[in-house]
Amino acid sequence: MALTYNFIITREDWSLHRKGEVDQHRHREKVREAIKKNLADIVSEESIILSDGRRVVKVPIRSLDQYRFRYDARKQKHAGQGDGKSKVGDVLGSDPQQSPGNGPGAGEEAGHDYYEADVTIDEIEKIVFEDLGLPNLKEKKNKQLASESIEFRDVRKYGIQSNVDRKRTILEVLKRNALKGNPGIHGITPDDLRYKTWEVIPKYESSAVVLAMMDTSGSMGPFEKYIARSFFFWMVRFLRTKYQNVEIVFLAHHTEAKEVSEDEFFTKGESGGTRCSSVYQLALDLINTRYPKEDYNIYAFHFSDGDNLSSDNEKCIRLIEELLNKCNLVGYGEIEGPYYYTSTLNSSLKKINSPSFVSVTIRDKTGVYPALKAFFKKPDQGGG
Amino acid sequence: MRDQINEELRQLEESIPKIIKIAQDFKLDFYPMRFEICPGEIIYTFGAYGMPTRFTHWSFGKSYHRMKTQYDYNLSRIYEMVINSDPCYAFLLEGNTIIQNKMVAAHVLAHCDFFKNNIYFSHTNPKDIIESMAVAAERFRQYEMIYGQQKVEAFIDSVLSIQEHIDPHRMIKRKEHCINKTKNCCGKKQDATYDDLWKLDQPEHSCQCQGDCSKNKQTKLPEQPEKDLLLFIMENARDLEEWQLDILSTMRDEMLYFWPQMQTKIMNEGWASYWHLRIMREMEINEAEAIEFAKMHAGVVLPSRNSINPYYLGLKMLEDIEKRWDKEYGEGAGREKLFEIREMDNDISFLRNYLTKELVEELDLYLYRKIGHEWKIVEKNWEKVRDHLVYSMTNSGFPVIMVENGDYEQRGELYLKHAFEDRELDIKYLEKTLVHIFNLWNRPVYIETEIDNKAALFSFDGAKGSRKFL
Repeated sequence: MALTYNFIITREDWSLHRKGEVDQHRHREKVREAIKKNLADIVSEESIILSDGRRVVKVPIRSLDQYRFRYDARKQKHAGQGDGKSKVGDVLGSDPQQSPGNGPGAGEEAGHDYYEADVTIDEIEKIVFEDLGLPNLKEKKNKQLASESIEFRDVRKYGIQSNVDRKRTILEVLKRNALKGNPGIHGITPDDLRYKTWEVIPKYESSAVVLAMMDTSGSMGPFEKYIARSFFFWMVRFLRTKYQNVEIVFLAHHTEAKEVSEDEFFTKGESGGTRCSSVYQLALDLINTRYPKEDYNIYAFHFSDGDNLSSDNEKCIRLIEELLNKCNLVGYGEIEGPYYYTSTLNSSLKKINSPSFVSVTIRDKTGVYPALKAFFKKPDQGGG
Repeated sequence: MRDQINEELRQLEESIPKIIKIAQDFKLDFYPMRFEICPGEIIYTFGAYGMPTRFTHWSFGKSYHRMKTQYDYNLSRIYEMVINSDPCYAFLLEGNTIIQNKMVAAHVLAHCDFFKNNIYFSHTNPKDIIESMAVAAERFRQYEMIYGQQKVEAFIDSVLSIQEHIDPHRMIKRKEHCINKTKNCCGKKQDATYDDLWKLDQPEHSCQCQGDCSKNKQTKLPEQPEKDLLLFIMENARDLEEWQLDILSTMRDEMLYFWPQMQTKIMNEGWASYWHLRIMREMEINEAEAIEFAKMHAGVVLPSRNSINPYYLGLKMLEDIEKRWDKEYGEGAGREKLFEIREMDNDISFLRNYLTKELVEELDLYLYRKIGHEWKIVEKNWEKVRDHLVYSMTNSGFPVIMVENGDYEQRGELYLKHAFEDRELDIKYLEKTLVHIFNLWNRPVYIETEIDNKAALFSFDGAKGSRKFL
């Protein structure tokens, strides 16, 4: 039978057709740029905070939006199809409750797509820590805060070629030739060669101790605790990455304060009322007994929702002023919860007028990164 | 592996003429067919770009990635990709079973029949679309070499943000503008106060401009609100360079080409599903194949709680129409009616005219919306459901934005107005889109819309955006 139909069927080699891959790569590049721009969001990303030492995390990044005029999906009706038994009032699904302070459009509505980016924590740390440093570092007697440095300190006759010390080699040549009565630079022998060698030496800076203080009282809800822990998570990582031997002391309080282990600090929940002065007093006691001002650069950071016993506020101011006498920097971070009351503690602390006192207010997850930047302003960035 | 693929090819070569024969006996009328079997990634590339030869852009890479991921995790599969072109290119997925590809071939023939015969496609240019998109892609590539990838990409970003704002109904050539031509193309001035009374019997303007010229003296830009934002920007933006105008005009042409597909999604998919069922019934297939076919067909027409499956709704409507017409006008009248519908209708008229009370109830269609944190069914009345569907397809589902004034406040600023019809815009998206439009217009841009029953004006001046209630 002769074919009368006009059709062709083929199969070609498509292995070189990589258009999709190439544009996908470009999209990925743009996502990475976006990571840099959206550090504030990423720093408080749960998958990182809970990463538990894993080196690669998946960061859900809102896939790069393509803006256009579109209807507000949350404000209109949509059509769907049931199994024959649907009736008015049936619930098709529900959005998770927005966490307080999350603002509208937090991604719960249908049709949002997320792009999962594999990012190593190192990569994020690098970007996050770029601008951070311990402010107001001073020389102290007890130098334990070490960072490694490499110094060329010795000259030897044997070594690797790239480390030939030209100056000393020439000197050897000159010396030898002069002794022979034929001065000048000529006839270099292997015996003349001198090599530099280096030594790894700890570079001692001044010792530092960081007092991490967190409010664990009943008024600190999951959101507030999350924010405080996010902050301390990055703080701990940052201090341990950039400095050696910086000591971190973890203090938790409600009406009473106590020193806790790092583990407890990050996991344990407490309840009860709030008396912030208790933790300031504990910090002062520790400084007086364990971390003398002469030996240590001392930093104290306190996070709370500010819901303090009002009778306690005066005492807090007094203690913070005392702390300021001993510390390079005292930072207070207040997490504004779902109830927008005027916090008693923060408004009281406004009376403190010292360049070494930094206070920040955090309203949502994106506030963690700015808080880090406010507390750990690099010395060369002025202020502090 | 190689042998297996060749065997597949051989089998398809054998069965496709049979499928074509059956389709032709059913009076389907399609372009010459070019079937190409290709690997998944290639189909996904085509799916993401809408066309194998389209220009490159990161956003296509994004859709490609999403489609491919879904494919890799077996969440969804595209079985085919067909292009409104003459000859018609259809891409079949390598790794489909032979029976799957047979069904796809049947499905695709019906799509092609639809492209060729539906009136809304009559202005598309299927003869040279593949070629012209390839040439455009090459030109865009050249622009990237000359002006840099970043710059070209950013410009395409901006055009993409408003690409749907064209006027597909204005295929006919626009009236000539009289601006800057002879002062009064109708020649005479009005001499005396009452002279115009004598002219009442005569056509007012004898020239081509049909009256526009006299209005031009106090010309407003545009004279009438203008729906084709892309065209308006092309013709009136002052600072666009040649290459930018080329990109704008190319992307507008591509959108005009794609538009009928968006306008007839339900009909087109319904039509293809209707026919693959009937063509496959005529094929000789064994029991195992029949089961596999049934499974695949069921997957395609699976209903969804959160959206309307166009394959399913379209198929059900067509079958319902056929049944009703046969009953009323005799055997065969239904089929005839279907061919008439495939020629004359689009989704709006299709649903408006043929979605019945019985069908809405049988299919259990409903409307739902967000109440508090829950998505709840709020409407089951069939007319309300039908009207909502029709309504949501107006302008292919995109908000209508009109250009009100291209010389707002005599400062060359652009004033747009959302033709508000009870549906509010996404404000975040609106504000970001204004920035894109500013990038094209290069002067402050405004858009008027409604929020909570109040007229609101948003603007962006190049540095910052603002909003206020009017």
